[in-house]
Amino acid sequence: MEISRQKIESVELEDDRVFTWPTLVVKEFLAAIFVTVGLLFYSYFVDAPLREISDPGQAENPAKAPWYFAGLQEQLVYFDPWYAGVVLPSIIVLGLILLPYLDNNPKGNGYFTFKERKFAIPVFVSGYVFWYVLVYIGTALRGPFWTFFWPWEKWTHDFPTPPPLHNLSLPWGIALLVGFYGIGYAIPLFVKRDFFRNMGIIRYALTLGLLLTMIGTVGKMILRLAFNVKYIIETSVINI
Amino acid sequence: MKDPDSKKKFKDSVNEIWRSVFRHGYKDTPRNRILQIISNVWLHLHPAQVREHGTKIRFTWCMGGITFFIFLFETITGILLMFYYTPDVNKAYADTMDLMYVVPFGRLLRNCHRWGAHAMVITVSIHMLRVFLTGSYKAPRRFNWVMGVFLLVITFLLSFTGYLLPWDQLGYWAITVGMNMAGATPFLGHEGPFAQVLGMTANNDVRFALMGGSTIAAPALLRAYVWHCIGIPLIAAALMMVHFWRIRKDGGISGRL
Ligand code: HEM
Repeated sequence: MEISRQKIESVELEDDRVFTWPTLVVKEFLAAIFVTVGLLFYSYFVDAPLREISDPGQAENPAKAPWYFAGLQEQLVYFDPWYAGVVLPSIIVLGLILLPYLDNNPKGNGYFTFKERKFAIPVFVSGYVFWYVLVYIGTALRGPFWTFFWPWEKWTHDFPTPPPLHNLSLPWGIALLVGFYGIGYAIPLFVKRDFFRNMGIIRYALTLGLLLTMIGTVGKMILRLAFNVKYIIETSVINI
Repeated sequence: MKDPDSKKKFKDSVNEIWRSVFRHGYKDTPRNRILQIISNVWLHLHPAQVREHGTKIRFTWCMGGITFFIFLFETITGILLMFYYTPDVNKAYADTMDLMYVVPFGRLLRNCHRWGAHAMVITVSIHMLRVFLTGSYKAPRRFNWVMGVFLLVITFLLSFTGYLLPWDQLGYWAITVGMNMAGATPFLGHEGPFAQVLGMTANNDVRFALMGGSTIAAPALLRAYVWHCIGIPLIAAALMMVHFWRIRKDGGISGRL
């Protein structure tokens, strides 16, 4: 026993490694304790909401989705439910799933860096921030009938009637949409040649498709807010 | 214990019991530090040694681990809540009221479960941001990112299905908002574009399938309950098993090569 012990004891750590026990396990243990204490503390002082019993005949005004979906509900101002509630979130999830396959920049793998990822980081972070801005607007700044109120304003039921909305005529609408995607796809080809060369056609098509849809979603919001445009394209089956 | 022999005997027997549980000695030796991890069913999720930067809070922000911990926390508080709660439209609200005003520690329990759910949604999204910013989704961790995206969606759904259970106005109308969106799904929802193609009505579309009816009533509450307490947690647990296993298989925590 004593002899073999000598041999066993000389455990060598590889290069930059440390023992998981205790280095990492201690931190996990402390984190677990802090989270538990934090939650207990918060729960002791702040009650979870509980309103009156549900009543299908008495709609809440405003009726709000849970905060993490309030951003999508906020998009209902700008889009029909099929887009705001179903297609847009599906595109977001699909985009997230595709992300590792679209980003073929080999640099910046496993460490914080902005310099080596000047395209990926701004795009992702703006999307991330945009999501939370919408969440904030949807939860905090929307009052009765989903009317916008600044944080310092009181929610009332008598607000000025919003200006009437109008739609673009069909040919103009289609031209705008096709033009937006067409020009969007073309710009990098002229401005930044190697962008396309590095990505290949499939990656390029998907990446720009997702990026343009993200920009287009903001664009539609601007059209609505600044020019009172309800639909870019209005048909009997589908409105955008 | 004057007899020096009896002191040793006592130590030996403690040591014997210790070893029967932990399978290795107590002394802090390099060998025991390794055995501590690899001979423990819970801890052997970890490798015995990790790269030093991976143990730094400034690298992982500890957000994946905390998300996992909150999931466990929610499981425990959730099981306790199930002792008091009945997913029946005539009882659900009253049971929730009882939890708030009658059941000993019921209020604390419900608050913990509720705030824990919110916390988990926040930590999982911060975890995703960290993984993105360190570029840890790049090969060979691409598939684990995909597993992560599923976990993200699952976390939202867990929280969402729980929202209806108190059967109060808040939950009822929030779920109404969500279900109306489901009813607008192209092709599959009766209010969505191209609903006629598949002959969708309020009585056979995807919204009907989710709610077990065309309005939010008893079947919807039961469905939310079963998904919330059994279906989704099982899926989440399965996905987490894959997620954690893949972290090891992909070469442990990411870092500069
Ligand atoms: C319930 C949800 C989740 C749990 C419990 C979880 C847990 C964990 C844990 C404990 C780690 C180890 C490192 C760390 O703590 O950062 C990790 C790593 C990782 N997670 Fe998650 N995660 C979840 C969701 C996600 C999501 C939403 C994504 C991305 C969309 C994701 C992608 C990854 C990747 C790629 C790694 C490897 C990172 C590396 O090696 O640096 N996970 N996860």
